[in-house]
This record gives sequence, structure tokens and C-alpha cells, in this order.
Amino acid sequence: MTAATHTRERSPGERRLDRALVLATRVSAGAVWGVLFLMTVIIVYTALPAIREFGLGFLASTAWNPAAGREVYGALPMIYGTVVSSTIALLIAVPLGLGSAIFLNEDFLPERIRYVLISLIELLAAIPSVIYGLWGIFVVIPILKDVGNWLHLNLGFIPLFGTASVGPGMLPAAVVLSIMILPITTSLSRSSLAAVPPDLREAALGLGATRWEAVFRVLVPAAFSGIAGGVLLALGRAMGETMATTMIIGNSNELSFSLLAPGNTLASLIANQFGEATGLQVSSLMYAALVLMFMTVLVNILAQMIVKSVRLRNQ
Amino acid sequence: MPTTANPSTLAKTWRKPRSLRDRAMTVLAGACLVVALIPLVWLLTFVTVRGISRFDFALFTQLPPAPGMAGGGLANALVGTIMVLLVAMAISVPFGLLGAIYLSEFGRDSFWARRVRFATNTLNGVPSIISGLFVYALLVRSGLTGYSALAGGCALAVLMLPTIVRTAEEALRLVPQDLRWASLGAGASEYQTVVGVVLPSAAPAIVTGITLSIARAAGETAPLIFTALFSPFWAENFREPVASLAVLVYNFASVPFAPQQDLAWAAALILILMVLVTNVLATLFIRRRSQ
Repeated sequence: MTAATHTRERSPGERRLDRALVLATRVSAGAVWGVLFLMTVIIVYTALPAIREFGLGFLASTAWNPAAGREVYGALPMIYGTVVSSTIALLIAVPLGLGSAIFLNEDFLPERIRYVLISLIELLAAIPSVIYGLWGIFVVIPILKDVGNWLHLNLGFIPLFGTASVGPGMLPAAVVLSIMILPITTSLSRSSLAAVPPDLREAALGLGATRWEAVFRVLVPAAFSGIAGGVLLALGRAMGETMATTMIIGNSNELSFSLLAPGNTLASLIANQFGEATGLQVSSLMYAALVLMFMTVLVNILAQMIVKSVRLRNQ
Repeated sequence: MPTTANPSTLAKTWRKPRSLRDRAMTVLAGACLVVALIPLVWLLTFVTVRGISRFDFALFTQLPPAPGMAGGGLANALVGTIMVLLVAMAISVPFGLLGAIYLSEFGRDSFWARRVRFATNTLNGVPSIISGLFVYALLVRSGLTGYSALAGGCALAVLMLPTIVRTAEEALRLVPQDLRWASLGAGASEYQTVVGVVLPSAAPAIVTGITLSIARAAGETAPLIFTALFSPFWAENFREPVASLAVLVYNFASVPFAPQQDLAWAAALILILMVLVTNVLATLFIRRRSQ
């Protein structure tokens, strides 16, 4: 046979199959938008009675009273709890995670040990949150109860430690959250550091920089977008984290500035109350879910924008 | 003492504080790693020690005991978890895979492909409890499925979909472009190229990604508590509430009975082992392929 100089004509059946495949993939890709859209519509629709009843005042009110006849709902304590617990979690997890990431990205340890540690950390990111919650109940709460009471006795004049510790509360929840987001913070920071071209480090060392000068003035700035994106993703995770928080935070709907007092987050409020909720309470919880969705999606989009803008700049 | 500054001593004196600072930073970063690893290793050993004591034959064959009673097992939760995961896979794998094929083969960097990628990342960031509420309102409250394995599976599918799209797209993109050109050049149709050439060469990475996402979904609790609910009995079919390991951990963690708590720890250990085994297998698999 001589070399074919013309392309083979596709049969009508083949063309139909091609078109069907393209169509099926388009529909499936569109399904991702479909789910996102439907989710928003359904949650807004179910929340509508509460949105009509309370309006934006829902965000600023501290009342949460499901008693029939005098139902009032406001989500300020839970919004406060969501923001505070995830901020504290970030304050603990980011320095530790970044330090660990840098350490693992340098050649302090033999290649094999580093590989094992990196795999271990990636594995830990996959452990279900309900297990962190279980461990938190039996290990973290008893330890932090003593620590909390010591803080209250000695530093009780600071409003943050203004109440005695009863066990479950904001502080243990934030600590467990920080442990939960440590793996993802570490592994995303480390992979952004590892993606920095080695030339940059070599150039810095060649100019006389010490190892850590190279790390802080060259490597970390070069990997900044990835690290910042990872931190925001971790923040999104912490805000939406449900099971561990529900099991540890104490589920109190009172607004308290003391970290030792029980609190609540939007996610744990929903997990804790939705099962027994009826009527207006259901739509109020859906309203809370809408607020939570808005907060996490905002953080997520911000993360995507940071990563993208820096990628464009580097091109 | 030399009176003229010789270059080497000069270098040494201005280097000294710098090298000290370097040492200090190394120690500090190492300390970060140690502090970060302590709770994680602690958790792993604690769950293993508490969970292993209940690893017996009854655990995998019997129903949970009545409150306060000893013995029993979590066989129904094991079966329920598998049922919910089957439903989730049946929905998310085909849609996720086809969506990924669109992104890597047809959409590529077009306007719509970028919009779909954005939606995928956004859906990936939606808290898991919200997907539970969504499916509750869509299927449970409306009476379409009621509390059931079906509803629970749908809630998990919402979570798995973006993960599968992303990992499958990454896997497809790693297939060398030459392969597609060679296939099309040899006269194959788009369908033949995708199904006969591109998919098989990306299959190991795709399967790995799907397996990891299933292992992760197995431990998800928040989407199940209002959809699959829980049940102390065997599941008869997909249209009624079922137990799952994850919800069992949540429910039994806060009861005051030691036998129930022991079951919670055993379920936690099973979930961790699932994640561990799939991760280790996936790593070994990828490593062997790349050699």
C-alpha cells in the first residue's frame, strides 16, 4: 500500500458518534454549573421566609429563639464564631505550616525521610473531620480545660479569658481546626516552594546570600501567590468545617468574647439544629447556610484570583 | 594580630551574625515541623490504640448493641457506607469523567472551558454541610427520595464531582499531544481517539484520582446527617435511611456508654485505614508506572 495522501472520509455513523461524544462532554461540564446554580437557587428559595421576616437584620441580631409563637432568629453570634475560630486557626496553622514547608523543601533531612514526611502530611489532610472531632472530645478538651482555667485565673482581666472553662468552647474548637488545616497549609506551601525554579536559589546563593536569606528574599516571594492561595483555601476549609467544630465548640448561641466560653459557628449551628427544626427555623437555618456559602465562596474566588493574577504576571 | 585587613577575616567577621541567624532559623523551622507533627501522630496512634481493641469478628458481622449494652458490631454501617458510596460513584464518575474530557479534549482554553474550571473550583470550596442541605431540600423535603441511601449518595456525589473533574482533567492533560495527532492522523475519529487512545493511556491516573476521592467521601459526615440519616438496623433497600461509619462516629461519640464509644473508635480506625490503604496503594501505583 502506498502512503495515504488523503485523509479518510468519516462515515456518517462515526460522525454521529463524534457529535454525541462532544455533546455528552459539554452537558457534563455544564452540569457543574448546573449543580452550583441549582444549589444557590434552592437554598435561597428555602431561606426566603426567613429573608422576608428578618431581612439583613438577621446578620446583626444576637437573638436565637425557636420557642413557638415568639420565634426570633439572628446569626451574629455564629458569624462571629465562624470568623473568630477560623482566624485563630489560621494564626496557629500558617506559621507552623509555612515553617514546616520550608524545612521540608530544604535539604536538611535525607531525601527518603522527607518523602515519607511529605506523604504522611498529605495523608493527614485526608482524615475525616469527624475523627478530629472524636479525638478532640477525648484528648484536646480535657487538656485545654486545665490550660483554660489557668488562663482565666491568671489573665482573667482580659475579656478573651473572662470566663472559666467548662470544657467545650471556642478555644478547643480553634485549636482542633488549626490541627486540621495544618496538613493542607503545609502541603500547598511546600508544593509552591518546590515549583520555584532552582536557578533563582542558585543565583541568590551565588550573589553571597546565606541559605535563609535566599529563602526569605527569593524563594518565599517567588512562591507567594501559591502560598497565599493555599492559606485562603485553608481559611475556606476552616470556615465551612462542620463536624469537628460541632463536636467541640459547645453549641451555645450566646455571643461571648471569652475564648473559653462555648460558642457556635454557622456550620455547627446548622448541623446541631437542622435535624429538629420546623417552619421558620428551617428557613432561618437555610439563611445561615446562605451566609456561610457566601463567605466561603468569596474566600475561594479570592484565592483563585490571587493564584491567577500572579500566574499572568509571571508569564 | 595582622594589622591589615585580610579578605578572609573580613569575610568572617561580617558573616558571623548572619550564619548564626541562619542556624537559629533552621532550628526554628525544624521546631515548626516537630510541633506540627506531634498532634497528627498523636491522633493516629490514639485512634489506633482505642480502635484496635474492638477489632473482632463480631464488629464486622453484627448490628450495634442497644444503648448501654456491650458487644455487637457495626456491620450495617459498613454496608450502608458502601451503598451510599455506590450511589455517589454512579452519579459523579460518569459526569465527572465526561466533564474532564470536555475540558482537556474539546474546551481546552476556550471561554466556556475557563468558566467550567472556575465553577469546579468554586463548587470544590462549598462546605460539605451545604451540599447536605441542598440535597435535603431537593430530594428529602420534596418527598422525591425521603431520607435514604439514595439521597445520601447524591449529597456525596455533589462533593465528589469537582474532585473527579479536576483530577481526571489533570490526568488527561498529561497524555502527550503527539498521541492524539498520531491517532487522528491515522484516520481515527474523535470518538476513537478519545475512547481508544487518550482514555486508556490516562486510565491509571484517573482510577487513582477516583479511588482517592471515594476514600475521602467515605469519611464525610456533614452531607449525610440530614440525607441518609442513620439506622440501627440492616438496610433493606436504597430508599430508606441507612447507617454509615461516619455518622456512627458522630452519633456514638457523645453518648455516655463505653461500648458505644468503643464502636465509634473502631469505626474511626476503619475510616483511617481506608484512607491509608488507598493512599499508599495510589502512591505505589503511580511510582511503579513512572519507573
